[in-house]
Amino acid sequence: MKTRRSIVIATAAGCAAILAGIAYAPQMLRAQQAQSSPPIHQVPPAKDGGVVVMLCDGKTSMEVKGLKTGESMSHTQAVEVTRQLMAKWQAEHPNEKWEMAQIEQPSAPMSYAAGPGAKTAAKGMQQGDTYASFTDRDYKVWKNETDNFVAEGKKIFHSDKELGGTIGVSCDMCHPDGSNTHPETYPKYQVQLQKVALLRDMIDWCIENPVKGKALDPNDPKLRALEAYILAQRKGVPLNYGEH
Amino acid sequence: MAARHKSVETKYMEDRDAVLRGLRGLDRRTFLKVLAASAGAVMSKGLITPHSFQLVNVANAAPDKAAETTGMAGQPPFTFAYISDTHLYPRTLNQRFVRGAVKAVEDVNALDPQPDFVLFGGDLAQLGRREELDLGRHILAELKAPVKMMVGEHDWFYDLGDTWQEMFGPPNYSFEWKGVHVVVLMSVHEKDFWTARKMTPAERMQTVAGLDNGIQSRFEVGDDERKWLSDDLAKVPHTTPLLVFSHSPLYKYYRNWNFWTDDAEQVQAILKPYKHVTVIHGHTHQMLYNQIGNISFYGMLSTAWPWPYAPTGLPPLTVQMNRADPFDQFDGLGDGRLTVRPDGLADKIYNLWDRNPVTVKADYLTSHGKVDRPPAPQFASY
Repeated sequence: MKTRRSIVIATAAGCAAILAGIAYAPQMLRAQQAQSSPPIHQVPPAKDGGVVVMLCDGKTSMEVKGLKTGESMSHTQAVEVTRQLMAKWQAEHPNEKWEMAQIEQPSAPMSYAAGPGAKTAAKGMQQGDTYASFTDRDYKVWKNETDNFVAEGKKIFHSDKELGGTIGVSCDMCHPDGSNTHPETYPKYQVQLQKVALLRDMIDWCIENPVKGKALDPNDPKLRALEAYILAQRKGVPLNYGEH
Repeated sequence: MAARHKSVETKYMEDRDAVLRGLRGLDRRTFLKVLAASAGAVMSKGLITPHSFQLVNVANAAPDKAAETTGMAGQPPFTFAYISDTHLYPRTLNQRFVRGAVKAVEDVNALDPQPDFVLFGGDLAQLGRREELDLGRHILAELKAPVKMMVGEHDWFYDLGDTWQEMFGPPNYSFEWKGVHVVVLMSVHEKDFWTARKMTPAERMQTVAGLDNGIQSRFEVGDDERKWLSDDLAKVPHTTPLLVFSHSPLYKYYRNWNFWTDDAEQVQAILKPYKHVTVIHGHTHQMLYNQIGNISFYGMLSTAWPWPYAPTGLPPLTVQMNRADPFDQFDGLGDGRLTVRPDGLADKIYNLWDRNPVTVKADYLTSHGKVDRPPAPQFASY
């Protein structure tokens, strides 16, 4: 019971953060939860048979009528509930800013970041320069996401099972560290295929032939991750499409 | 069967054998000229060579001064062949690698005259299981010439060599062969990376099997075996030619892929007093050769898959082989043979499947590239 309530609270807090203009706050909250358990707030009992949700200040709460324990709100309903919670908080704190919004150094828009709440001036910022307003923390989050994607590709690249292979062969056996995959040379006319090929065509060819698996759909997350890993191994190598 | 059909491969082998038979009694210089001429003829016809082992031929050339100083004068010439890095899975799982191993055995058996012995260069199995080693043992049992076994890391790290040693005996040993002292090393010991990580034997094997898996340790001959090598050589005169087999290259090529032996310099120091030393190694699955001081190194081809050249560390003397065609299972693979000359050095023929063979001569290495440079590749590594 307690667990379910906690989930509802976290959702509401995430939506509240969106209203406060912190686009990446839900991501941040997830990351925090992974490191330590979230604070457990004592939520007042429901009076009208609904579910009580609370802001992450641990004080402001409201009851969602008609919602049963264990049920999920629709997105529209959740947004409305968080709007009401934030409105309630702001009514109760007329001269205060949402502290969390300030701690998190909101990203876009620039006018906000450069405003009175901004704690550090972003590097090289010019008027209307959206990208310059991103913080180091933004870059860290993005790099982390990208590296995770590449790491997923590396895992698949090194696993005959993940590749769907049937004879114990994985990509790394011929291409340690992604070597000799030369993604920078595609597109090019692949003589053996008698057509112009992209990197993904060659990945699929390898999966079907030496690996003896089934070719992946171009949108298959595994194919996308494999592409990411292979490309990441060639950082800094000039693009040279058509090279043989 | 009177008008028996002969395959292109059979005809090629017969032609080649006829040429080689006619060469006996020629001096070495003429021999090499004829060999080059016949290779040129083969190339101009666009013929495909049918085998991938390499035969090492201790030539029967006229005795020269070097031979007199090494005491090999008058010794009968000898050649030996090798097959290496078959990486066999159980037959039920993978036929591809079985085909490569069998093809190499057929190549070597087609040699006439037969080589004195066949060296197996290690990595008979892919994951060190009994079933894999047993399959390899049965395939190699078809060889007509005697087989000398060497161990690789893929044979060793499932049960730390128990099954391999039960089947093939000690992993390091030496013997005399027609005036040459031959040493087989176990060069792929690794410091314990598995106990602290609580790995199962299968996990340990899988880690070592990953060439780019940085968790594992670097290969080494190790203190005990270096001591054994020193003791073994104590009774061998420094004028005796040495032929050393190791699975990993006994020098430092590329650390991240264990194209590397961590105590290579110490092993080289033990071999240094000898006038002529040839080291033949497996593991790198590519045409690879090197010269360090008095030691000439030759890498062996695999029968399972080729490896790209490492991004750094390639010995300057190595002329890269063309990139392998992934659409041809046998391209970039093969076997080979070596001809041990009267002076104790060895010329090596890379018997590339589906390509013309490439000969790398000892003189190329010992002259540090001044003579007999092998042909440059058309498609080098990216």
